[in-house]
Amino acid sequence: MNKKQKRTLYRILAAAALLTGLHFVPVRGTVRFVLYMIPYLLIGYDVLRKAFKGIKNRQPMDESLLMCIATLGAIVLAVYKDLNGQTGDYVEAVAVMLFYQTGEWFQSVAVGKSRRNISELMDIRPDYANIETDGSIEQVDPDEVETGTVIYVKPGEKIPIDGIVVSGSGTLDTAALTGESLPRNIIEGDEVISGCINLTSPLRIKTTKEFGESTVSKILDLVENASSLKSRSENFITKFARIYTPAVVYSALVLVILPPLFRMFVMGADPMWGSFVYRALSFLVISCPCALVVSIPLTFFAGIGGASHAGILVKGSNYLETLSEVDTVVFDKTGTLTQGNFEVDAVHHCPIEEKELIEIAALAEYASTHPISQSLRRAYGGEPDSSRVSAIEEIAGQGIKATVDGRKIAVGNTKLMRAVGAFYVECPDDVGTVIHVSIDGQYAGHIVISDIIKPDSGKAIHRLRACGVKKTVMLTGDASKIADKVASELHIDEVHSELLPADKVDIVDRLISSKQGKGKLAFAGDGINDAPVLSRADIGIAMGAMGSDAAIEAADVVLMDDDPVKIADAIRIAKKCLRIVKENIVFAIGIKLICLLLSALGLAGMWIAVFADVGVMILCVLNAIRALMVR
Amino acid sequence: MKKSYKIDVDCANCAAKMEEATKKTEGVKDAVVNFMMLKMNVEFEDGADPKEVMPRVLENCKKVEDDCEIFL
Repeated sequence: MNKKQKRTLYRILAAAALLTGLHFVPVRGTVRFVLYMIPYLLIGYDVLRKAFKGIKNRQPMDESLLMCIATLGAIVLAVYKDLNGQTGDYVEAVAVMLFYQTGEWFQSVAVGKSRRNISELMDIRPDYANIETDGSIEQVDPDEVETGTVIYVKPGEKIPIDGIVVSGSGTLDTAALTGESLPRNIIEGDEVISGCINLTSPLRIKTTKEFGESTVSKILDLVENASSLKSRSENFITKFARIYTPAVVYSALVLVILPPLFRMFVMGADPMWGSFVYRALSFLVISCPCALVVSIPLTFFAGIGGASHAGILVKGSNYLETLSEVDTVVFDKTGTLTQGNFEVDAVHHCPIEEKELIEIAALAEYASTHPISQSLRRAYGGEPDSSRVSAIEEIAGQGIKATVDGRKIAVGNTKLMRAVGAFYVECPDDVGTVIHVSIDGQYAGHIVISDIIKPDSGKAIHRLRACGVKKTVMLTGDASKIADKVASELHIDEVHSELLPADKVDIVDRLISSKQGKGKLAFAGDGINDAPVLSRADIGIAMGAMGSDAAIEAADVVLMDDDPVKIADAIRIAKKCLRIVKENIVFAIGIKLICLLLSALGLAGMWIAVFADVGVMILCVLNAIRALMVR
Repeated sequence: MKKSYKIDVDCANCAAKMEEATKKTEGVKDAVVNFMMLKMNVEFEDGADPKEVMPRVLENCKKVEDDCEIFL
């Protein structure tokens, strides 16, 4: 609570105590009127002042004025009754003002609290960077660190600027950026991004970017400005508020004039001016659209904040809205559903231990920088001992011949096998690159290297179906054999293979134009070479954006790591958020219309009207905050 | 030129009013008020001096919403 909120709270408590106390004071007439004015002015003086200033500045249609007219009106009615010898009801005016202020106070506290919650979620902004000068460590503003400076990050500190580790190794907590709770291991030479927390040991990092260009600044910038791209729901509310308030105010005027005149001239009955004035005053209290104007943007803000905590950056409320309507998801294969780097998938027809075969192949290929030899090395799991290898001979278009531990090894394609006279076996389900190996002229089996499917891709497709996605499509530049295998394994509905980058845009175009219904199409890719498709789709989702500026730029939704399950998470969060928005719209407008009707008929007093105003607002704000909880 | 300012305002509706008022101020090309972050991004017309424009923006905002503050 800030100072202003505390002061309002004291005023509310004091006015409530006075009002209760006055109930037991046996006074009448003018003294009573004056006594009741004390709590009224205590609780309402700022509202009165604001209303007055509003009139002066020609901004009359605000809620302060409405509250003033309503409560002052109630007081005038009470005074009128007093003058006619009855006892006027002053409590109502004071109580209405009191409730109004309580509601405003509550809303202010609730919004402040959720604002803090959300900024805590996004508390990734580093406050300083450590620079080593003459052996001592100095803290400086990260903004002042030039590219290429070596910064020092102690355990427990945030990495302030993107860079490369020049000394030290350890583990990083990337949870604030990716939502991934598993710490990441880093060693010398690894690229690290700002916003991660150094967990174990001190690191020296050579910065590769300025602070303003670093990941953490970009993310903060993106999230903070996300709510400026307004959604259709928000625009609807703004328009609605513009019509609703004046409409209700004019209806109130009509209510004061027409029914009494009708009673007087047509029915010949008592016009009941006082009663209709009272009903019109209730109308004014209900007319404030605050519940909607406050809660809808709050819901989107909370949804975006919650999503960013889970490693999903949504660039605007409008994208959150589109995301909730997605019923077709188009994937790029490489890097999205598959890992995008080649891994040893299988070893076939191997008479010796599979591990031994991979070891021999990795040793023979140790000097090569080809991606294939890199994946062999990864599968071997260590640095090959070069002293065991001699007489390496690279045969272009065939492979490598070498002597490993005194044995003559040939590693390569079928041509090489024929050349060394080994009886090779063709690989039956040839969906990757096949590496044949022979030892001393004897065939020793083959290693299949392919781009393997991410462990969570199946789960991702399943989850997408569960959250209402009707159709999944995969696009790839790879051969159809490989594409079909991946698609059938993952139960993807439609596959387009052997595509050039430009073909992908055409296919997305066709998919969008052949779509029926109002469902939207999302495209998910790893952000490399697919920027045009990302922008053509109704919503573009870039994956694995840590460090890739192009992807952050082109996409509407950015997933901080490359886990495809996050696509389903993003849609789920969006749906929840939009459901809350709809709940609030229906609830707030519904209650208000019912209360308007009841008070027009004289069935509801100002108490109900105050509930329709602040009570509904409080409930809507509480409901909106649910969007923050994404798990 | 774009600049960002911290603001203080009580309700979302008032923030929207501030946005309108800022946009109408001379020298301002576009403005976005973010109620949730309590921030205001102002894009100035070419050649306009923020130091000169911002006091006018504050004045206009005060007119539509008395209870607001822009931290210049």
